[in-house]
Amino acid sequence: MPEAPNTWTEERIDQMLGNLLRTGVVLASAIVVLGGILFLMHDGQQRHDYSVFRGEPREYRQPTGIVGDALKLDSRGIIMLGVLVLLATPFARVVFSLVAFAIQRDRVYCLVTAIVLLVLSYSLFFKG
Amino acid sequence: MDINLLTLASILFAGAIAAGLIGALSGLGGGVIIVPLLTILLKVDIKYAIGTALVSVIATSSGAAAAYVKEGYSNVRIGMFLEVATTLGAVTGAWVAGWLPAETIAVIFGFVLLGSVALSLRGRPESALAEQPDPLAMKLQLNGTFPTPEGLQSYCPTRVPQGWAMMFVAGILSGLLGIGSGALKVLAMDQIMKLPFKVSTTTSNFMIGVTAAASAGIYLNRGYIDPVLCMPVLLGVLLGAMIGSKVLAHAKVGVLRVVFNLVLAALAAQMIYSGLTGSL
Repeated sequence: MPEAPNTWTEERIDQMLGNLLRTGVVLASAIVVLGGILFLMHDGQQRHDYSVFRGEPREYRQPTGIVGDALKLDSRGIIMLGVLVLLATPFARVVFSLVAFAIQRDRVYCLVTAIVLLVLSYSLFFKG
Repeated sequence: MDINLLTLASILFAGAIAAGLIGALSGLGGGVIIVPLLTILLKVDIKYAIGTALVSVIATSSGAAAAYVKEGYSNVRIGMFLEVATTLGAVTGAWVAGWLPAETIAVIFGFVLLGSVALSLRGRPESALAEQPDPLAMKLQLNGTFPTPEGLQSYCPTRVPQGWAMMFVAGILSGLLGIGSGALKVLAMDQIMKLPFKVSTTTSNFMIGVTAAASAGIYLNRGYIDPVLCMPVLLGVLLGAMIGSKVLAHAKVGVLRVVFNLVLAALAAQMIYSGLTGSL
């Protein structure tokens, strides 16, 4: 069996994992800032009573609806896109770990990671 | 409150900076402060408050985890193995939250917050590292090393099933209340599994993002996550946590820690009172 390339040592994987997490948080925050500025410029004078729970409109409850609204440059949609990127960050981290364990041929941890990924997918693509 | 959204966002931003700062300095994280801030001070419905808190918890924990993973403190295998428990718990918690009345959630929140404060104020009883390696831990390669001034020190966890069970409970509370459950996660690793404290805290932080995401998806689908509330809270908590970690690195915060924990205890009591009297 050929040696696994040196690029996939534990230390290297930890560095890549750290970079992935940081990129996700920075990207999400940047999108939220952008949407926030647009929102406050146009709708800052509106009022809304949050003491009564009404639930968000349908389109802000699904990834596809959020992306659609963000593409239309709807400021609330852009903020929600940032939130979605944030939710996707831990998800991406688990996918990355699965790939890393697969390259290391660590069967036990491929299985463990796959279970976590399954639970996360259930939640993120949950249709209530 | 009858204020426009610009004013609401400004108040939330300022409050969230304080929450991030207090969260970092009290050692309890921002989530436990966001929920009382929104529900008690701003009269926001607890469902929106929990959704907003979950989002901010993912942001702060991922941001901090990025640094800890790179420094080599977090044990990714332990984290991954225990995340099976916390994510299953989180989905369970989010599901239970769907049919519990808001008042009951507020009362549970208050008691969990009181418990976290007690744990934080008690400090850390010294626990010796495990001498007998757990066979299950060896099979799952949960042993590891972490950097100390004297070089790399190795460790191996013990009582893995008990630690796993405690993590499931931590996951339920996270999904039910919109918090990171960091105090309980550290308790499971530090006290039950006898892992080094620094490994416990950083691995706990590493796990919080995935745990919170496991219930946040369900909350998103139920319409609990509002962009106007999330925007200032998310950005404020991140900023506050960054300032907090800078302060932590340079100052003795013993007295501040006690003061902040007492403030949190008062908020917890208020949550319990509001829940019991139905005045949320």
